[in-house]
Amino acid sequence: MQSLRRRRLDFAPWAFLALPLAMYLVWVIVPIFESFAFAFTKRDSIIYGAVWVGLDNFKRLLGDGQFWLAIKNNFAWLLFFVLIPVPLGLLVAMLFNSGYKGDKLFKTLFYLPMTLSFTIIGTIWMWIYNPDFGALNTFLRSLGLGDIAVQWLGDRRYMTGALIAVGIWRQVPYVMILYLAGLQGVPPELVEASLIDGANAWQRFRRVILPLLMPATVVAVTISVIDSLRAFDIVYVMTNTKARAAEVLASYMYSSSFAFSDYGYGSAIAVVQFLITLVFILVYVNDVLKKEDAR
Amino acid sequence: MKKTESPGVKLAKKTLFYVVATLLVMTWLLPLVIGVFTSLKSMDELMADPVMWRPPKVLHWENFVDTWNKAGMGRYIINTFIVTVPSVVGALLVSSLAAFALAFYRFKGSRFILITFVAGMLIPFQMLMIPVFRMSNAIGIDDSWAGVMLFHMAFQLGFCTFFMRNFMKQIPISQIEAPRIDGAGEFTIYSKIILPLSLPSLAALGVLEFTWIWNDLLWSLVLLRTDALKTVTLGLANMQGEFISRYNLTAAGSIIAALAPLAVFLFFQRWFIEGLTMGADKG
Repeated sequence: MQSLRRRRLDFAPWAFLALPLAMYLVWVIVPIFESFAFAFTKRDSIIYGAVWVGLDNFKRLLGDGQFWLAIKNNFAWLLFFVLIPVPLGLLVAMLFNSGYKGDKLFKTLFYLPMTLSFTIIGTIWMWIYNPDFGALNTFLRSLGLGDIAVQWLGDRRYMTGALIAVGIWRQVPYVMILYLAGLQGVPPELVEASLIDGANAWQRFRRVILPLLMPATVVAVTISVIDSLRAFDIVYVMTNTKARAAEVLASYMYSSSFAFSDYGYGSAIAVVQFLITLVFILVYVNDVLKKEDAR
Repeated sequence: MKKTESPGVKLAKKTLFYVVATLLVMTWLLPLVIGVFTSLKSMDELMADPVMWRPPKVLHWENFVDTWNKAGMGRYIINTFIVTVPSVVGALLVSSLAAFALAFYRFKGSRFILITFVAGMLIPFQMLMIPVFRMSNAIGIDDSWAGVMLFHMAFQLGFCTFFMRNFMKQIPISQIEAPRIDGAGEFTIYSKIILPLSLPSLAALGVLEFTWIWNDLLWSLVLLRTDALKTVTLGLANMQGEFISRYNLTAAGSIIAALAPLAVFLFFQRWFIEGLTMGADKG
C-alpha cells in the first residue's frame, strides 16, 4: 500500500509535465538545436535542399562588414540600454514613490508607452523624426537650432541613435516599475533610522536605499541587456530593414533569411546572437537560483 | 523621533513634486499626444501646419471610420482577438500543469526543468524562426491561426510556468496533503484545490499575456502570409506603406489597435504590475 502510493507520487509530476514539456520541446528546445545545425548548412529554401558546409557560414561572418556593423550597433543598444534607462528609471521611481496624493496617477500615465506595440510606437516616432514636418525638427527650428535638424532616419550616422532613443523611451517605464516594486521592500524604519544618525539625503540614498535595491537592480540590468540584444521590432518597423546602416543582429538575421533566402547564413547570425545573449541569460538564471535557495 | 520640517518647507517640497512630476509625464507622453492629435486632423491641416503638438482645429472623427472600413482595420482587430484569446487561455492552462508539478513534488530533474523554462523565456526569437516555420510547414499549420496560436502557447509556457510555480510555492503544503490522506487523486487536488487557489496569479498572468500576444509582430510576420489572416500589428505595418501619404489614417488605425491592451492595462493595473515585477522585489 505504502509503496503503491509512493509509486503514484513518483509518477504524478511527470504526468502533469507531459503536455507542457512536449510542447516546449517541439516549439522551443528542438528548434534551438536545429538552428545550430542549420548554421552549418547552405540552403536557399527553408524546406528543401540543405548542403553541409561546415564552418563556412561563420568564416563568411568574420569577413562580412554588415555583420560587424550589426554587432557594433547591438553593442550601442546594449550600452545605452543600461546607462540610461536604469538610472533614469530609478530616479523616476524615487520621485513617484514619495507618497504624495495622486502619485498613482503619475505612475499609470508614465507607464502607458509600455503597453503599446512597437508597430504603433515606431509609426508615431517616424513622424516625429520626419526631416521636413516632424515634431523634432520643427521644435529645433523654433529654437533657432535649424542646423542640427537633420535627417534622423535618413542619415546613416544618426539612424541607430534615433532608434535607440525610441527603445529607451519605452524601457524607462519598465525599469521604473521594477524599482517601484523593489522600493516596497525598503523598510521606512531603516530610512528613518539613518535620518537620526544625521545622514543627509545623498548618504541615505547611497548607503541605505541603493544596497537594499540591489535585487531590483540585478533584474533591471539583466532584463534591459537581454531586451537590447533582442531588439527587432523597432528596427523592422522604422527602417523596414532596408536602412542597412541601422541593422542589428536580430534584423540582419531576418533580412538574410527572409529577404535574401540565405537561411544557413541567417541561422549562423542567430547562433551568434543567441550565444551573446546566453551569457546574460545565465546571469539571470543564476540570480533566480540564488533567490530560490534563499527561500 | 522624526525630524520635523517647517510647514513652509513641506509645502515647497510638495509643490516641487507636483511640478516636476507633471512636467515629466507631459514630456514623456508627448509622442502619444501627437499620435492622438494626428489621428483627428485632416491631411490639409497636417500639411499646412507642421506643429504636430498643436491640437486639431476641427475633430475629424471620420478618419477612424475610414481606417476601419478602407484599411481593413476591423478585420485585423477581429483576427487579433481570434489569435490572442485562445493563446492566452491555452498558455495558462498548460503551464498551470507544469507549475503544479514543479511546486508540489520533489523529484529528480525538477530544478533542471525549472531552469529550462526560465532560460527559454529569454532566448532571442531569431533562434526559433526558421525551425518553427519549417516544422509548421511540415505539419501543415503554416499560414494559419493554429500555427501562430500553438507557437504563442508553447513559447509563453516558460514565463507562465515560472510565474505560476512561484505563486503556488506560497500555498501551504498542508492544502494538498490533507486531501491526499483523505484519498483524493492527484489530478483532483490540482483541479479542485490548487487551481481555484491560484486564480489571482492566473488573472495577473492573463492580463500580461494578453498584452504581449496582442502586440506581437514577429510571429505574425513569419507565420502568416494570407492578408485575410493577418493580425493588427502586421496590418498596421503594411498600412504604413500603403497609406504613406495619409498618415492621419495610420494614426487612427494605431489608436484602434492600442485600445484593447490599453483597456486591459487600465482595468487590471494592479495585476499587470504584480506580474511584471515578479523577481524584482523578492530579495
